[in-house]
Amino acid sequence: MSVDTATVKRVARLARIAVTYAEAEKMKGELNAILGFVEQLDKVDVSGVEPMTSAVETTMRKRVDEVTDGDRAEDVVANAPMSEDNFFMVPKMVE
Amino acid sequence: MTDLTDLTIAEAREGLEKKDFSAMELTDAYLSVIDGASALNAYVTTVPEKAREMAAVSDKKLAAGEGGDLEGIPLGIKDLFGTEGVYTQACSHILDGFKPRYESTVTANLWADGAVMLGKLNMDEFAMGSSNETSYYGPVLNPWRANGSDAALVPGGSSGGSAAAVAAHLCAGATATDTGGSIRQPAALTGTVGIKPTYGRCSRWGVVAFASSLDQAGPIARTVKDAAMMLKSMASVDLKDTTSVDRPVPDYAAAIGRPVKGLKIGIPKEYRVDGMALEIETLWQQGIDWLKAEGAEIVDISLPHTHYALPAYYIVAPAEASSNLARYDGVRFGLCVPGDDIIDMYEKTRAVGFGAEVKRRVMIGTYVLSAGYYDAYYLKAQKVRTLIRCDFDLAFEAGVDAILTPTTPDAAFEPGAITDPVSMYLNDIFTVTVNMAGLPGISIPAGLDGKGLPLGLQLIGKPFGEETLFQVGQVIENAAGGFQPEKWWA
Repeated sequence: MSVDTATVKRVARLARIAVTYAEAEKMKGELNAILGFVEQLDKVDVSGVEPMTSAVETTMRKRVDEVTDGDRAEDVVANAPMSEDNFFMVPKMVE
Repeated sequence: MTDLTDLTIAEAREGLEKKDFSAMELTDAYLSVIDGASALNAYVTTVPEKAREMAAVSDKKLAAGEGGDLEGIPLGIKDLFGTEGVYTQACSHILDGFKPRYESTVTANLWADGAVMLGKLNMDEFAMGSSNETSYYGPVLNPWRANGSDAALVPGGSSGGSAAAVAAHLCAGATATDTGGSIRQPAALTGTVGIKPTYGRCSRWGVVAFASSLDQAGPIARTVKDAAMMLKSMASVDLKDTTSVDRPVPDYAAAIGRPVKGLKIGIPKEYRVDGMALEIETLWQQGIDWLKAEGAEIVDISLPHTHYALPAYYIVAPAEASSNLARYDGVRFGLCVPGDDIIDMYEKTRAVGFGAEVKRRVMIGTYVLSAGYYDAYYLKAQKVRTLIRCDFDLAFEAGVDAILTPTTPDAAFEPGAITDPVSMYLNDIFTVTVNMAGLPGISIPAGLDGKGLPLGLQLIGKPFGEETLFQVGQVIENAAGGFQPEKWWA
């Protein structure tokens, strides 16, 4: 499978990365080279094979459903580019 | 007195215990050589004040006879590890100025055992790269140069700063991470020892995520014994990481020196690839001969799906990366580029903040996970992963204790020599299978090529078979001897 420039632009939109037409053109070639490389997998017969979901056979550890952390609002927003009263600030979304 | 920075971790621990020198003297010695080695660009941040504070605490503990296993040992930390109050930027522009309010479990374990932090080490942006050329803070230079040449060489990646700093004695040991070969490949290219433990052995908590089902932390060190000492401290059972495996951490160094007589070492024929440097082939045979001479039994094995590990990796890793890197939105941390509305702000921030390789992988990942393609790509790759793991399981079930392969298809190359992404990915051809299967793998410096550049051999172990890797690795180290670059940068 290969992608065209319109698909690259659509994927960039999904990935929330602004790309110009010229960048999309360049990316198209690179992405197609990578997609061409992974096409080798078409030669593998995977019928009846279960997908690997965990590198180590293990049942996921569960813990008691209780509050173990919190009251750290200041720490949470400490690295925010914009914050006020321990809230993250973003551009206005609703007029 | 010998140069303190030339002591291994094991030697420095002995000297500290005998009061031959203090932790402060050892730390100051490293801080001074780091200052003189800016040409290598191994460190992106140094923390001299914090280092001296930690060394002072270590000296008090040592005086009271209460030193931990790594008391007073100065380490470098890959920029991927969250370190409280200290820049943690994954060498990406998008994490500009990020100082976490928390400490990663792995580094917290090291500090609890008395280690001293010198600073943060350069790496490929978000650990995506095999040459350390994708760092926002510029490339790292390999301390090694070819005989009679002053041409720059890459240290490998993504843990290029860790490997270069260890090889150049700019730290006693370093933390690193490995998603497809990012510990072992740079270790091989710099003549250092690097081990990626079994998935789940080191906690991923507080480490910037790349591909969560593949990422593992591990040490890069000068000797097998130093790597064993560091891994013992880094590894733990951590309730904060649900994939952390509930298993006691053994004393890895205790496995060193155990005879390898009777151990079965597998040699996979699929690792003899086209275009492999003749010197790599010779070195591999040399490794086989060394182990045979110590009484190990060499058996030919087959890992038939080896060839498909790299293409499957380039679906799984970008897919997981695209999901993990969705958090960089300009709202919660790091860089923010203003836009007309919030979507515009996201798109501009990520366009400016991510480098070309990161964008490529996020795009590939987004594409293979997008509607209609999930089964054809991601699900298929996860099935191939099962087949790769089954290959290894069969070999181990047949009695193989460890598998010997080259670490890389060639020695260090020049910056800019590989511009095509797929060719760069081929650097990980021998290491990536190990991540796909979740197994432990160690790279040990085994020789120099015709140009005088280091080459490594890789040992692959059973799940949680790290002790066997240290045991067998020491035999290779004993036979090969150590390798040190000339100090041209100072």
